[in-house]
Amino acid sequence: MKKGKIFSALIAVTITGGLLASCGSSNAKNASSAKASPTKITAVGSTALQPLVEQAAKDYQNKHSNVTINVQGGGSGTGLSQIQSGAVTIGNSDIFAAQQTGITASKLVDHRVAVVGMTPVVNRDVTVKNLTMAQLKAIFTGKVTNWKQVGGKDEKINVVNRAQGSGTRATFEAAVLKGAKALKAQEQDSNGTVQKIVSSTPGTISYLAFSYVNKNIKALSIDNVKPTATNVTTNKWQIWSYEHMYTKGQPNAATQKFLNYIDSKQVQNGLVQKLGYISVHDMQVTKNAAGTVKQQ
Amino acid sequence: MDRMKQNLHQASKASYQDYFGKSISLFCASLVGMLVVAILYFVMTRGLATFTQNHISLRSFLLGQTWNPTQIGANGQPEVGALPMIVTSLAVTLLAALLATPFAVGVALFVTEIAPRRGGQLLQPMIELLVGIPSVVYGFIGLSALVPLMRHLFGGTGFGILTGTLVLFVMVLPTITSLASDSLRAVPLDYHSAALALGATRWQMLYKVVLRAALPGILTAVIFGMARAFGEALAVQMVIGNAVLMPKGWLTPTSTLTSQLTTGIGNTTLGTLPNNVLWSLALILLVMSLFFNSLVRFIGRRGRMQK
Repeated sequence: MKKGKIFSALIAVTITGGLLASCGSSNAKNASSAKASPTKITAVGSTALQPLVEQAAKDYQNKHSNVTINVQGGGSGTGLSQIQSGAVTIGNSDIFAAQQTGITASKLVDHRVAVVGMTPVVNRDVTVKNLTMAQLKAIFTGKVTNWKQVGGKDEKINVVNRAQGSGTRATFEAAVLKGAKALKAQEQDSNGTVQKIVSSTPGTISYLAFSYVNKNIKALSIDNVKPTATNVTTNKWQIWSYEHMYTKGQPNAATQKFLNYIDSKQVQNGLVQKLGYISVHDMQVTKNAAGTVKQQ
Repeated sequence: MDRMKQNLHQASKASYQDYFGKSISLFCASLVGMLVVAILYFVMTRGLATFTQNHISLRSFLLGQTWNPTQIGANGQPEVGALPMIVTSLAVTLLAALLATPFAVGVALFVTEIAPRRGGQLLQPMIELLVGIPSVVYGFIGLSALVPLMRHLFGGTGFGILTGTLVLFVMVLPTITSLASDSLRAVPLDYHSAALALGATRWQMLYKVVLRAALPGILTAVIFGMARAFGEALAVQMVIGNAVLMPKGWLTPTSTLTSQLTTGIGNTTLGTLPNNVLWSLALILLVMSLFFNSLVRFIGRRGRMQK
């Protein structure tokens, strides 16, 4: 009796498996007959870029039913190493491939799809509204430890960093520390957590992408320049970075079409700005991997 | 005669069933075994690459105090001192177990001996419910409620070993409680009766006989709880502060092995030193869990009451 049950279960499994397999192969056949190029695109990496790519992929798939786009996070480092090994179609990154150790940038093709501005943020109880670049550097290298040293009230400065190797941190340190060694301090690995900690801990300073600044925290201006999108486009506000979508060599036709879609006016003027990024079309300057800025 | 001979020499239906069952369980066991070996191999090769490929000395890894894998230190080698993380991991684990054990044993005694009806039906399921809550929820509650409370009570930033310990305390409580009550239930009823017949009060019976008989089981429960605490990543990461610094007090930001692992793994490239050292941290975790497991076996063998 028992044996009979086991056998019937086995048979059931085999049949279902066979059915599934045949389904799968017929699907694949249909898809490949409809379009010759591979229709599955996988984009992995930067969590800062993820919301944009996810939404763009969703809109794109609504119009192009023969394409499946799978978007995942994992961090810029993951994105770059996955695209280098060829495991994914697109590697999303906040930093230039050349800035990451262990990545051969020459093998990857860079597609810049957006710009992100970052700003120092403080808890609301901090009375300081503006810092000079030198003061900001002194805070993040640990030379200034009390807000009264930079014109605020007598309160200890609590520095919160992003994780080592995160794109936001790399951008911030390249623009502010310029090679100086950062103070050892708290590290958090997401924008959301930083936002929460800054808003709830008195005397705290950290940095965030523009889109994460809300009314519970305060963005500082640097050398009396306000952190706005307009100031980023002219490089008056210097802490910003590109959002990159890397492909290994030149992308295939389907991937190129998707990248073109993200670069289109419709997405750049719509979705990109709606989600708090800055359009690459608006930039009046360019920045290279070494951080040199040129007029366009 | 021939048919009889044939029947005797042929395997019966029952023995075929025997083979069948045996092969199924053998298959499952070997699959799981292979899985474990594969994971061990993977973590070992990656974790050992730090020492074989990048030529970091084991000493500077285990005893160094500066963690900055992307920068070259004074001795010409990348700074990959993991000691602060090892110390913090051990500290939160031991403290959480120390804090949770009296509560867990108390609850276990209550639900098994003192009020088996009400306790067993109501309290134990409630505590076991705690196991099912995802660790990110614990972390978020810790970050939203516990961190501000600690800051309010003790000053500082509110992030640190104390907060991590308190979060882990709640997380290991159900593990220790349910394993401890299992071992209390396993104490033979004869022991109870004999103790009571000799004139022991209930408390004397529980304290001198039942707890003593269940001691190896309770210790095992504590170690399982510690293993859980040692490996917990997300909840601790949210309240510990993640600064790789030697803990200077109860409430200074510091970092555990797991929190550094989860923070760093997405930001490093496979095959480079910053990534390899993270695998080395994972290797330490693996070795520690091996240690906890062998400790459980050792206690199980040594601690059994002599008949």
